[in-house]
Amino acid sequence: MTALSAILPGPLPLLLALPLLGAALLAVLPGWRLAAWLNVGFSAATFAAALWLALAPPPPGLFLFIDDFSAALILLTGLVGFSTALFSAAYINRDGKNHRLAPRHLRLYHAMYQAFMFTLLLALSANNIGILWVAVEGATLTTVLMVSLYRTKPAIEAAWKYFILCSVGIGLALFGTILVYLAAQTVMGDGSPAMAFSLMTPHAAAFQPELLNLAFVFLLVGYGTKAGLVPLHAWLPDAHAEGPTPISAVLSGLLLNVAFYVLLRYKRLLAGNPHTLEPGPLLVGLGVLSVLVAAFMLYRRGDIKRLFAYSSIEHMGLLAVAFGTGGALANFAGLLHMLMHSLVKSAIFFVVGLASQAAGSQRIADIRGLTTSAPLLGWSLVVGVLSIAGLPPLGVFTSEFLLLNALMHRTPWLGLTLLTLLLLAFAALVLRLQGLAFGPPSPLPGRDGTKPPRLFTRVIGISPIFLHMALAVAAGIILPAATASWLWAIAKQLG
Amino acid sequence: MAHTPFAYNLAHLIGATVLMMGFGLLYQRRMTAVIRTYALQAMALALAAAWQAAIQDAPHLYATALIILLFKGMAVPAALQWLVRRLGIHRTVETALGIGPTLMAGVGLVALSIVLVMPMDIAATAITRESVALAMSVVLLGLLMMITRRNAVTQVVGFMSLENGLLLAAVGAHGMPLVVELSIAFSVLVAMALFGIFFFRIRERFDSLELSYLETSRGDSQ
Repeated sequence: MTALSAILPGPLPLLLALPLLGAALLAVLPGWRLAAWLNVGFSAATFAAALWLALAPPPPGLFLFIDDFSAALILLTGLVGFSTALFSAAYINRDGKNHRLAPRHLRLYHAMYQAFMFTLLLALSANNIGILWVAVEGATLTTVLMVSLYRTKPAIEAAWKYFILCSVGIGLALFGTILVYLAAQTVMGDGSPAMAFSLMTPHAAAFQPELLNLAFVFLLVGYGTKAGLVPLHAWLPDAHAEGPTPISAVLSGLLLNVAFYVLLRYKRLLAGNPHTLEPGPLLVGLGVLSVLVAAFMLYRRGDIKRLFAYSSIEHMGLLAVAFGTGGALANFAGLLHMLMHSLVKSAIFFVVGLASQAAGSQRIADIRGLTTSAPLLGWSLVVGVLSIAGLPPLGVFTSEFLLLNALMHRTPWLGLTLLTLLLLAFAALVLRLQGLAFGPPSPLPGRDGTKPPRLFTRVIGISPIFLHMALAVAAGIILPAATASWLWAIAKQLG
Repeated sequence: MAHTPFAYNLAHLIGATVLMMGFGLLYQRRMTAVIRTYALQAMALALAAAWQAAIQDAPHLYATALIILLFKGMAVPAALQWLVRRLGIHRTVETALGIGPTLMAGVGLVALSIVLVMPMDIAATAITRESVALAMSVVLLGLLMMITRRNAVTQVVGFMSLENGLLLAAVGAHGMPLVVELSIAFSVLVAMALFGIFFFRIRERFDSLELSYLETSRGDSQ
């Protein structure tokens, strides 16, 4: 390690520099086949830097800092970023080959993928609330460019709607950020220390409680829009459905987490002041509403990617309930759920991407009997959907069970409501799954005519699905003691 | 310049001018007038930034003032006028809510900001309560404009006027770091919006607050 640290500047600068360098390089590189592999290479290196960072966290600085919570999410971001890049290499190459995407659009796509990873990692490691805001804004801009990639009318409309709603959201979040600075500035004086989470938290008790309350409302609406909480979710299904599938996977698997992470950071700041409002009930309220709306919306979906986008809203609602309830057990359930949802949902989007590419359509009615026509995809989809629906013994079941357990002890009526809604969502997903996976198969025009992809490409496309599902199943059956105690420590810190 | 009552009074006068322009935006019926009112609001904001630079003795705010004046006060309005001519966008403003009710709602929002902010006990070294209330009013009026006006250009003007409120709060916050960077980051958003309107010929706005929208999600009928 000492020899390594002599050459390299340390894990944190490396973690941020790698995707930035990748974005710059991929923006100018002409060949898209090479770019896809470089994208994988940079993502793998970033994941390695994330591992190093988790093992040797640097001391907190004025602008950047790492604690257990951010380290865990950075690790998750690195992993999902890497496996999605791998999937994308198989997926997007086909779009390039059949000229669905022009070479310059592919160049934009790869550069923006790396830039997006940079903004996520910056947001997760930011100590300064201004830098945090700029990072989340950057994440919006880069994903807007990727959602509009296919240049179809629905894609442009989805991107525009996403852009406008999230711009307003982050605009309001900036107002909240300024108010937090004002609250801190009267106590801590001018300058950057009054914008640093790690320095503000010990002084939070002396801040103006009314000012903090007002700030939190703006921050909740602002970053809550980004997290897709109902009624601020309108952008989410369209953005997921109309962009390239690897982007749907990272939107659901990573971006929503980051928005949630920001909310939790501010929630912790407010918890330091005894006279502020309780953010918990607000989060629980939005969470239950999200689960409710999403559970009913699941029944009427005709588009497969929209179906799973609504499922993401449902799970963000569950997270809001978990973290809003608070306490070590509910927080632990929330954290585990965050990790499981990221892994399983991105794996589902990988399957859905390959399936809809083969079927040449995203309509559920056009994708039938996958277990017969494409057994590997079909059964992956079965396992993925049952997993996300919360069937034991898979990972999502564990976290949902723990959450309900925590709720039953504290607010039984809330626990029962949530249980009912979860069953409702479960039924909707299983209902859809039946048609998708079983019964007489629909033709797969995407596979006819063209020669089948090489074995290597197929393995590359499939392997991230297996990696994610294996991790999620393993976590459901045997969660390693070290991981559990790490998550438990974070859950206690979250309060 | 020290923190004299005169310094604060002038700061409030300029802030109130920005707010009045916010009302002006809600009142206008012609597209060119909306854009011109927006330009005036941005210029008033530039003046506010310059005045804060003088009273806070913070030279970086002069840079912010200059960026606001050149980009938001001149370049963006010119680009918008050109867009309206080029794309043949309706010259009259289409409203989802009539001018009268919109103005009433605007007055209500300003009252809300005052009720929320004025009882607070903020120390005199920071931005004063009045400035927070003014900035919040401008933000909420911008939001109101985005909700009650029908096409993409007026929607973007509403967004930019919301942003003017944010910058009014940011330049007034004493010694706040990163103000220049934040204003540049926001300018990138605005530039993207204009770019989007031009290249994708976006004329309609997308409703997010109407529940009927949820039922008619595109490509989602079974």
